[in-house]
Amino acid sequence: MQLMNKPINISSALAAATCALLGAPNANAADTDELWKFDTALMYYGEVDRVTAVEAIIGATKDFGDEHIFSGKVTIDGLTGASATGAVAQPVAQTFTRPSGDGNYVTGAGETPLDDTFHDTRVQLTAQWTQPIAENMRASGGVNFSNEYDYMSFAVNGSVAYDLNQKNTTLSLGLSYAFDTIKPEGGIPLAFSSVAIKPYSDDSENEQENENEYEDDFNRTRVDDSDNKNTIDLMLGLTQVINRRMIMQFNYGLSLVDGYTTDPFKILSVVNEQGLTQDLLYENRPDTRTRNSFYWQTKYALDFGVADISYRFATDDWKIDSHTIDSRLRINLSDTSYLQPHFRYYQQGAAEFYRPFLMEGDNVPEFASADYRLGEMTAYTVGLKYGMELDNGDELAFRLEYYQQTPKNAGFNEPGALQDVDLYPSLKAVIAQVSYRF
Amino acid sequence: MRHKVLKISSLLLLVQLAGCASLGVQPWERDLLAKDEMALDAEGVDLALDDHIYFSKEATSGGRAFAGGGCGCN
Repeated sequence: MQLMNKPINISSALAAATCALLGAPNANAADTDELWKFDTALMYYGEVDRVTAVEAIIGATKDFGDEHIFSGKVTIDGLTGASATGAVAQPVAQTFTRPSGDGNYVTGAGETPLDDTFHDTRVQLTAQWTQPIAENMRASGGVNFSNEYDYMSFAVNGSVAYDLNQKNTTLSLGLSYAFDTIKPEGGIPLAFSSVAIKPYSDDSENEQENENEYEDDFNRTRVDDSDNKNTIDLMLGLTQVINRRMIMQFNYGLSLVDGYTTDPFKILSVVNEQGLTQDLLYENRPDTRTRNSFYWQTKYALDFGVADISYRFATDDWKIDSHTIDSRLRINLSDTSYLQPHFRYYQQGAAEFYRPFLMEGDNVPEFASADYRLGEMTAYTVGLKYGMELDNGDELAFRLEYYQQTPKNAGFNEPGALQDVDLYPSLKAVIAQVSYRF
Repeated sequence: MRHKVLKISSLLLLVQLAGCASLGVQPWERDLLAKDEMALDAEGVDLALDDHIYFSKEATSGGRAFAGGGCGCN
């Protein structure tokens, strides 16, 4: 029985490995039984003073026999909280109008401006089918749909994987096409137009006049209701068994983005030589982006568990280079339980059009964004997972992690008042997760 | 730049392929590799959740899987 099962296990593992490297959802191939397998998780993500998210995943996989595998996944997440707008902190309180144009909020002196109206629910559905198409060859195809209040994404993917060298080597080629539409409340802002500030209601005789003037100003900053972008991804993969204990994976990914990549909610402060804000402008990013990524992963079977380490180098024509090291060490506590420390380190350079602010009197560049996520930063994650197999064979796991981002000044001089405020505040978050597999 | 990247990646792939033939194990030596926790995507759900977090908080995504679009994450 053991011997009969083994080859199937191996090819299932390779199929799952290939799916992973081709961007397919977890196609955790079933053994010989034909029962549905479910992977579920509930995650809480909470940033200090900013975004809070709760995300639930239900994944299902079924082997219909002869490695004809279906896998599907439903993800639901709810987000709420505040997000950095891109505007700089000032020595005095600042009033901002919400991106929708409806209502104002005030940021205190010395505080980083955060838009506190961030609230969204997202539903994502994925389905993937994988099956052999020839000897030592598998094909996989899938769809991915994601919808939230102001954003929708639809993607299809296809891939083939070829085993050689006694299935010690697997080559794969995958393609994906995604179409995303964004429809922000209040519409798409005109690049580098001045943000209109809504007048406060003051019961004065001019109130209606002021309101009308504001609406005209606001409408002048709008170009459209919605915009979209196309993303084509190509991925080449090589999976190689090194020896009885070690397996490696190499991926090269090329990603071509064409369309609206600007964040309609992000703005830039225009400051004078004293560092005081004179104007607020909507940001503007290039409408294409070409990304290259190189990914290497190694898993090593230890006597007491598994070591898993990966490194990714990514570079793109926005001139953002990044390095990521991700590592997990599974330590088996018994036959049915384990502890797994996790460490991740991330470092990125700034996009060539990243500007923490613009200077009054300077020419407005072709592209500019003060979104700190396009600036220079380092980030690390430390975490611990505890997993156990229950008496009925189901698996239960708990994960707790801490994530910290430390943005850095990419070489910009800070005039006057900006030297006294924190332009690059750190972001700290806690991730807590419960997973159940049955 | 793009040509350079292509050249380097093609070279890497060739070197890897040449090396592959002498690597690997016999079918009866797969006892450890066949364990669930040795699958490259053994942490599937965790990885999907992590990808979503880092996709929305950092400028780089993908590598392990498609970089794709997917959400208007803030």
